[in-house]
Amino acid sequence: MLLSPYPTTSERIRVAALWIWCVLVLIFLVVPIFVPVPLSFNSGSFFTFPLAGISTRWYEVVLGTPRWRAAIGNSLLIGAGATVLATFLGTLTAIGLSDPKFPARRFVVPLLISPLIVPVVVTAVGTYLFYARIGLANTYVGIILAHTVLASPFVVVTVGASLTGFDRNLMRATSSLGAKPLTGFRRVMLPLILPGVLSGAAFAFVTSFDEVVVAQFLANAQQRTLPLEMFTGLREQLSPAITAAATLMMGLSILLLIVANLLARRSRQGASALAE
Amino acid sequence: MSSIAMPSIKTRTSATDRSDSLRPLALAAPLLLLLAFSFGAPIVALLSRAVYEPTIANALPRTIAALRVDGATGVPAEPVFSAFAADLKEAQAAGVIYEFAKTLNTRLPGARSQVLRVARLAGQDQTATKEAMIKAAPLLGEEQGWAAIRAGTNRFTSFFLLSAFDLRWTDQGTIGAVPADQAVFTRVFGRTFLIATLVTLATLALAFPLAYVMTNVRPVIAGIVLVLVLLPFWTSILVRTAAWTVILQKYGLLNDLLLWLGVTSDRLELMYSRTGLIIAMTHIQLPFTLLPIYSVMRAVQPSQLRAAQSLGGRPFTVFRRVYLPQVMPGVLAGCLLTFILCLGYYITPVLIGGASDQLISNFIANYVNVELNWEMAAALSFVLLASTLGLYVVMTRYLGLDLFKMG
Repeated sequence: MLLSPYPTTSERIRVAALWIWCVLVLIFLVVPIFVPVPLSFNSGSFFTFPLAGISTRWYEVVLGTPRWRAAIGNSLLIGAGATVLATFLGTLTAIGLSDPKFPARRFVVPLLISPLIVPVVVTAVGTYLFYARIGLANTYVGIILAHTVLASPFVVVTVGASLTGFDRNLMRATSSLGAKPLTGFRRVMLPLILPGVLSGAAFAFVTSFDEVVVAQFLANAQQRTLPLEMFTGLREQLSPAITAAATLMMGLSILLLIVANLLARRSRQGASALAE
Repeated sequence: MSSIAMPSIKTRTSATDRSDSLRPLALAAPLLLLLAFSFGAPIVALLSRAVYEPTIANALPRTIAALRVDGATGVPAEPVFSAFAADLKEAQAAGVIYEFAKTLNTRLPGARSQVLRVARLAGQDQTATKEAMIKAAPLLGEEQGWAAIRAGTNRFTSFFLLSAFDLRWTDQGTIGAVPADQAVFTRVFGRTFLIATLVTLATLALAFPLAYVMTNVRPVIAGIVLVLVLLPFWTSILVRTAAWTVILQKYGLLNDLLLWLGVTSDRLELMYSRTGLIIAMTHIQLPFTLLPIYSVMRAVQPSQLRAAQSLGGRPFTVFRRVYLPQVMPGVLAGCLLTFILCLGYYITPVLIGGASDQLISNFIANYVNVELNWEMAAALSFVLLASTLGLYVVMTRYLGLDLFKMG
């Protein structure tokens, strides 16, 4: 389709050059993220190919040493806390926003998504200063709250998208049949928007699981997360254990995000099918 | 009867209206409250540090009173010195002398040790004279030293914001440049904008042709390419930066490849270099530039291009006059988004950039973690935040890019 029906030689050359350029761009885009994967199975301690041999010793380091295990545990704990909070608060907010009578939407929506726009260092430094004063710095609660702030926009947007096709008459029908609002929500609305909510939860978890800048300011030695451990390792002594940790993080993030996107798509389709 | 009933129905409906609009707001309230507590308040608290610095004023109540009597300029007379000595003695007793000395030092480099020396003197000798104090701290004998103390006694200050632009109040009461050896921030901002520009241009050069090809191939292939674009997009920035540190090592993959291809004969120092930093940042930002361009290109009607061509337009003319104007909003939006995100970059410059490639975010972090100069960190945050929000408003207002309609 790039070529006209009767291409000239110069046109063929131009299109061929375009294709070569695009293939190179795709190689540049994709190859680097997979480079750590084979290196993480290297039995030697160097970052070069060919590999000295295949081994899982670096995964044993990451999954076996107390330092890395504590970091993984912290990441899972903080990620779970932020996910639960962000999903709960974000879903409520998205339901509120989906109401046509929601007041001052023009001002509230930018406020809700502002954590994504404000440079993360500014957020991190400000939170650290404020939390230090009220005793929340260096606590799990502090990090969970800060991660919830960063994760909540994703939940609001994902659940909001799944609500665009939701027929509000269904809620009127439930109340006319005598159901309390909470029952109507639990039995009618939630099942219909559940894929969107789960998708938002997955986004929230990945946001917290991958986050390092806020954690760097708010966590002490006890609360070190997996990305923080990796960040320190990259800064101080580069060890192949980092390629193993990176592979684990990448695998989990990509898996969750694929699931999240499939769910989000399904919830939008489901909602629009219902609208028709 | 009806004339009485009418208004009451009206009031009832308006009351219902109000409660109808309050209920959705109540649903959003918990998150809005959390945002106010854990995001809004911290940022306000941080930014206020840039203009509010009470440490010096709090430590010098007697000196402030004495200065008011003495006059507004020059080295003051004996009474101010004895008030100063009394204040320092009390600051030492209260344990705030180090904070005071540190704060004065940010305004007057070198003041820290002199202030501590005078404080020690004031503690030992109840009747330290002006002369003895100047001997212990020569800056107290200089007009410049007292100008800094006088400026510090004002709780609200423009000192740090001006410093962020390498400016200061001169002794004549005008705004002027700081001495060349203290001017750092215009260089840091300049560097941040330069690197953001270079990365933006690089992503555009890579993304534009790819997005164009994606809109002109079979949907199956476009779908596969889109997945290949989204995979790195979904991988965390830290993981991608880690991958690049592995690739860019002196004995890493890229150097191996360049040697093998014969492009270079020696191993290049790519880690801790600007080239390495720009390569890694371009890789991380590429999807952010590409996705808005792709979504705009997909909306262009091919029939228009065919029509232009059938009317005799040469391919380049059709591209320039028909295609480009239609895709320009997407191009600008993608570039602005990448530029904005580059301004706030932190992780990648720390890990890959050299000492001379640190961007504004790194300076903010450094002022908090190492220098413990919160006011300067706040002032730099203020400038960074203002640039970011300003560009973001341009992007949404004039280009209509919705951050959430991508991917």
